[in-house]
Amino acid sequence: MLRKNALCAATALSVFAAGSAFADNHSTITVATVNNGDMIRMQGYTDQFTEATGIGVEWVTLEENVLRQRVTTDITTKGGQFDIMTIGMYETPIWGANGWLIPLDDLSAEYDVDDILPAMRGGLSHDGTLYAAPFYGESSMVMYRTDLMEAAGLEMPEAPTWEFIREAAIAMTDRENDINGICLRGKAGWGEGGAFITVTANSFGARWFDEDWNAQFDQPEWANALNFFVDLMAEAGPPGYSTNGFNENLSLFQQGKCGMWIDATVAASFVTNPDDSTVADSVGFALAPDTGMGKRSNWLWAWALAIPAGTQKEAEAKQFIEWATSKEYIELVAANEGWANVPPGARTSLYENPEYQAVPFAQMTLDSINAADPTNPTVKPVPYVGIQFVAIPEFAGIATEVSQEFSAVYAGQQSVEEALEKAQAITNDAMEAAGYR
Amino acid sequence: MARATTTRRKVITTAVAWAIGLLIFFPIYWTILTSFKTEAQAINDPPLFFFFDWTLENYAIVQERSDYMRFLWNSVVLAGGSTLLGILVAVPAAWSMAFVPSKRTKDILLWMLSTKMLPAVGVLYPISLIFVQFNLLDTRIGLVVVLMLINLPIIVWMLYTYFKEIPVEILEAARMDGASLREEILYILTPMAVPGIASTILLNFILAWNEAFWTLNLTAAKAGPLTAFIASYSSPEGLFFAKLSAASTMAIAPILVLGWFSQKQLVRGLTFGAVK
Repeated sequence: MLRKNALCAATALSVFAAGSAFADNHSTITVATVNNGDMIRMQGYTDQFTEATGIGVEWVTLEENVLRQRVTTDITTKGGQFDIMTIGMYETPIWGANGWLIPLDDLSAEYDVDDILPAMRGGLSHDGTLYAAPFYGESSMVMYRTDLMEAAGLEMPEAPTWEFIREAAIAMTDRENDINGICLRGKAGWGEGGAFITVTANSFGARWFDEDWNAQFDQPEWANALNFFVDLMAEAGPPGYSTNGFNENLSLFQQGKCGMWIDATVAASFVTNPDDSTVADSVGFALAPDTGMGKRSNWLWAWALAIPAGTQKEAEAKQFIEWATSKEYIELVAANEGWANVPPGARTSLYENPEYQAVPFAQMTLDSINAADPTNPTVKPVPYVGIQFVAIPEFAGIATEVSQEFSAVYAGQQSVEEALEKAQAITNDAMEAAGYR
Repeated sequence: MARATTTRRKVITTAVAWAIGLLIFFPIYWTILTSFKTEAQAINDPPLFFFFDWTLENYAIVQERSDYMRFLWNSVVLAGGSTLLGILVAVPAAWSMAFVPSKRTKDILLWMLSTKMLPAVGVLYPISLIFVQFNLLDTRIGLVVVLMLINLPIIVWMLYTYFKEIPVEILEAARMDGASLREEILYILTPMAVPGIASTILLNFILAWNEAFWTLNLTAAKAGPLTAFIASYSSPEGLFFAKLSAASTMAIAPILVLGWFSQKQLVRGLTFGAVK
């Protein structure tokens, strides 16, 4: 009886263990990616890549922040679970400098690496070496309701100022009918509200650090930017905006509750999609606003494919990256799903294509991307690269804390002065501990 | 008069219990409801409670995009395996603490429980390195062991509580009749503690089923359970609430059914020894 039980237990354990030995196929690569429309679409076309090359592809799809934690752990512990990782413009130069990524300096001639938009290529390189190939890129821009703008008797310029945005937001606000003049991100998090207030501050002449890595929150430019933002949202923003991020604002805009929304260019395809948006036929686009100081409040971001150092399948991974970020892939999607659904913002040739030029938001997306310069992001000089972020490993932690202080201002829990004072202390302390100062 | 007071108290207690029950169930109800909406209906303001065009489209998309059965099987193996292994380790441990306590038994019990206070992320790197070293990343066997270990303090505590309820004289009588230690645990103690062990198994199964830190951080394409399945539908840039709700409903359905059928044992197990 006892032996029989022991046998059963051993059998059961061997079944549990079976997964580890299962299918270690050399021609199968594992790709870690984020859940967004373009990435999911790509998964649907993977069979065509497998048919053409014989290389199988397994996907691990995770939420953005979980993915960051997962791939960072995998790289630093040399876990080797992934052959390709989807990473952004923040991680790429840092990880490239650490030797964690395989340089993409030997891509084939047919791939035409020079066709990648210069802003994207610059942001995904370290010391001139490309470490990740952009799958799609984005900037930020103004999306506005043409009907409400007309009713307010105003006309949106192609390149508005913050003053105009404020005037228009107040004019479009109709509290009785639940219409907010403007919807902006206030949610804590370096990639959420933190990103938005940073680009806004850039356009007001503010910067995170001076050339000696001293925090600059005690300078008047930051106070001007933050006060302007808080006043604007009090006059024309939705209630409870301190917890609104991309998705919350997208939801408000699609339901016709925002006159304007300044956010990622990738949102253009969502708000103009009649299946999801009640205002699809009355959306206009403009460049992100400025204050006349020479910098606009738009960011630059790319989701890009990179190969972690230590993969056993470097050649197969490169083959996949060349396929997924190629001109041919864009044409494949266009042929099956239309030009509005191709991954935007990565290749110059896409914007030269007359068929793509007919897409309503194409030109404004390109202009927004071109208006962003990650190597020269602020009015005054800075020692860092990055527009809505500072490309140093410590930034994510610092900016998350700072954005929490700002969100507390938006929620009415503290004053602008208090938040800036705390931000200054948090940042300087962290930079001192990290050895920058 | 006394009867009227008792009746009124009963009505109030029942009403409060129902209100709390509904409050707790509401997020689950809302998730299930949202899974039958279109993405546009999912974000509609005012929210749509019942009257909308019900659709199964989200379930079809989720089925098409993900290998649900693989995730489900992994969940069953991880939850079942870790529970089984946990019981095998915890029964002897709880027996010795309940019937042959030492001066330090209480301290050991408290120390075991205190390990649950450690934030999981604090040991992410050590555990990851061990997994890399022993080639356990993305394997079910590795996760079975980790899930067993993180739930072990709770299993030991629960079993210890049940065992303490059993009169030690019965075990002594068995010993006098010549029962060995193994026979004492297997044939005397275990049958008497079956309700307690059953509820411990159930609770541990649910805890392991819902565990979402280690199962996300130590898996990739092969061993990911339903928590990884749900995580793949979460997105900060794009409104996919209806699909996320469909995935969540599919993930919680098995455990919801299991919980429904075993609620008697669960309640009995959780309140066992609470009132003496």
